[in-house]
Amino acid sequence: MADKNGFFDLSKTTLTRRTALKGLAAGAGLAVAPGFVRYSQAQSSAPIKIGFQSHRTGIGAAYGRWYEKTTAAAVKAINAAGGINGRQVEVIIEDDGTDPGRGAEVVGKFATQHKTDIVFGTLFSHVVIGSAPAAGENKMPYFVVSEGHHVASTKLNRYVFQPGITDVKSQIQSMAPWIAANAGKKVTQIFPDFAFGYDHRDYLPPALKAQGAEVIAQIAIPPTESSFTKYFPQIPAETEVIYHVMVGPAVLTFVKELGEFYGSNRPQLFGFIDSLEATDINSPGLEFLDGSHFWEGSPRYAQANDSEAQKAYRAAVGIDDNGAAVGDPKDVSTAAHMFGCWETLYVVKKAMEDAGYKGPEDRAKLVEATEALTEFAEGPEHPQGPKTFNGKIHQCFGIQNISKVEGGKLKVVHKTKIEDGLYEAEGDYTTQAL
Amino acid sequence: MHFGPHLLLAALEGLVTSAVLALTALGLSLVFGVMRVVNVAHGEFFMLGAVLAWAITTAIGGDPALGFLAALVIAPLIVGAIALVAERLVLRRLNYNPEATIVATIGMLYIIQQLALTFYGPEARPVEPPFSYRILLPWFGYSGYKLSVIAASALLLLATWLVLTRTRIGLTMRATQYDSETAQAFGIPVGRVYGGVFALGAMLAAIAAVLIVPISQAHYLMGQDPLLLSFIVVIIGGLGSLRGTVVAAVLIGLSDGIISMFFSPTLAKIIATLLVAMVLVFRPQGLFGTASR
Repeated sequence: MADKNGFFDLSKTTLTRRTALKGLAAGAGLAVAPGFVRYSQAQSSAPIKIGFQSHRTGIGAAYGRWYEKTTAAAVKAINAAGGINGRQVEVIIEDDGTDPGRGAEVVGKFATQHKTDIVFGTLFSHVVIGSAPAAGENKMPYFVVSEGHHVASTKLNRYVFQPGITDVKSQIQSMAPWIAANAGKKVTQIFPDFAFGYDHRDYLPPALKAQGAEVIAQIAIPPTESSFTKYFPQIPAETEVIYHVMVGPAVLTFVKELGEFYGSNRPQLFGFIDSLEATDINSPGLEFLDGSHFWEGSPRYAQANDSEAQKAYRAAVGIDDNGAAVGDPKDVSTAAHMFGCWETLYVVKKAMEDAGYKGPEDRAKLVEATEALTEFAEGPEHPQGPKTFNGKIHQCFGIQNISKVEGGKLKVVHKTKIEDGLYEAEGDYTTQAL
Repeated sequence: MHFGPHLLLAALEGLVTSAVLALTALGLSLVFGVMRVVNVAHGEFFMLGAVLAWAITTAIGGDPALGFLAALVIAPLIVGAIALVAERLVLRRLNYNPEATIVATIGMLYIIQQLALTFYGPEARPVEPPFSYRILLPWFGYSGYKLSVIAASALLLLATWLVLTRTRIGLTMRATQYDSETAQAFGIPVGRVYGGVFALGAMLAAIAAVLIVPISQAHYLMGQDPLLLSFIVVIIGGLGSLRGTVVAAVLIGLSDGIISMFFSPTLAKIIATLLVAMVLVFRPQGLFGTASR
């Protein structure tokens, strides 16, 4: 077909000398603008720059928004208390579209363009796995809040850390005894068909077997699926517990359709709250979940025995007793995960102080200082609870909450111990060159 | 579960997919048939329908049936108006140039999607179905609302067919589709027909979205899958053929439901894409399309 009007004829829009000169002049003007040189002579007063790789768009967008809120609250608190090594902290946000390819580009951009001190904040496991090589190549410390086992598996590289949230393998191992004893012995697993789901696929069966229970079926569902009824006939009739972990925007449909399929005559349900993060538990169609159990990293609903640190953290982030934004009860947070952003930033602060961190030339020192950490005490900096940290596998281990849906709220009925979730290290990052 | 009930469930799921797909793809097919414009932003009109349905039901509150009926009427009208404005401001100024309109509608896709993200947000939000009756079969339960979606879609398709074949508006549309220059020579306001068809195409997508939103949810990225599937349906059925679109939608919907239940959803997508390739090789005009003159 002819391009009659010449829409694609590039020769029509030639770059004139005048336009080119104008562009050059504008560029030069920007470069000498005050903002560009403000800190060039005074490194000690320059802020510490944290590159935040945020899921602002794509299937992780609801998480991204709350990760940003939590991070902003933590940075505000850190800056109000004098910053890190006497320097203020500045967060630079780049959107990764919840996409691994874009994620790697964003890490590169932080390293070469923004020249940030570290990169931080990624949740979705495929983005972490896709971005980690870029972090290693740029020798850029990369602090993720992802929950996946990929960091602790030691299959990434020495620059990747997960000091703010326990990994899936440990979570599963610590909760398996409770599931086998209280929910049932014959378990069918439903999980998303990508990295995060595979952690569940691989680590639940051995963990349950050790408790005398077994996984009788595993159903993988593509993460972009929007209708689920067609998968349910694969659930064996003798199933006692359905173990579900779903992510993405269609999770509500998943639970609703499960309800339509089974009605009141359902097996026990044990789910990861990932299936319902940022979703009101009282949404129409979710009555079906009443009486079922969920894993929560940090409880969404305020609990009767909340510590002062937990209360202060919730107030600082701006969530009410129901885990929704203060002033907007419909804006439900991703409370079970986002605490990890808060805690990770305090770990970064501690490690930078231990390392006497001055600037990007000290990144290797920062890595070693982080690896030297062993314990984080419960308190305002770690409101979710105490944690231990294994510097060899760059992973922290904390307590997990099992919550029951009761009267439209999630009530914590069991807390695991840190020891329940410890496992033998699969490798050692510290042997890798810096 | 035994084979019989398993197949029944697969067929039911497939029919729901077909019903929504037929409406969405028909919109795409009409726009291409009459205007020769490939509307890449079609999926975003679908998404807008769902997002508006959420906004309207939330604003009205009260009985879910009332809010839903209001959404079913108002949301398509708003989407149609937006499409009409887009047609006037963008497509007409490009003289409906086939290549330029593809690029322009890709631009519209991103603009609409990002505006939805900005003003509606990244969450998936539920809309309550107008009624929640669970049909209890001996082997499994099934949503009564889903069955009503199939019926509603069939009625709407019938109505569209009647408009196209039995009314004066339909006649002008078909005349424009057949030969727009001759139609213009006979006094048909081709520009206005184009505007109307583009709006109608978007409205069909919006109606499909309002019907599906109580089953899935409103989300700003939900337009991608329907767009892809609609293209598949339209290519298989024949661009511009109503009958072909419906037949292809039922074919793709059912095969998707049955294959993904007995084998895997990935295989269903592979087969659908393979079917497209086969049709393009052996019958480029589609199963029911007429060869281009």
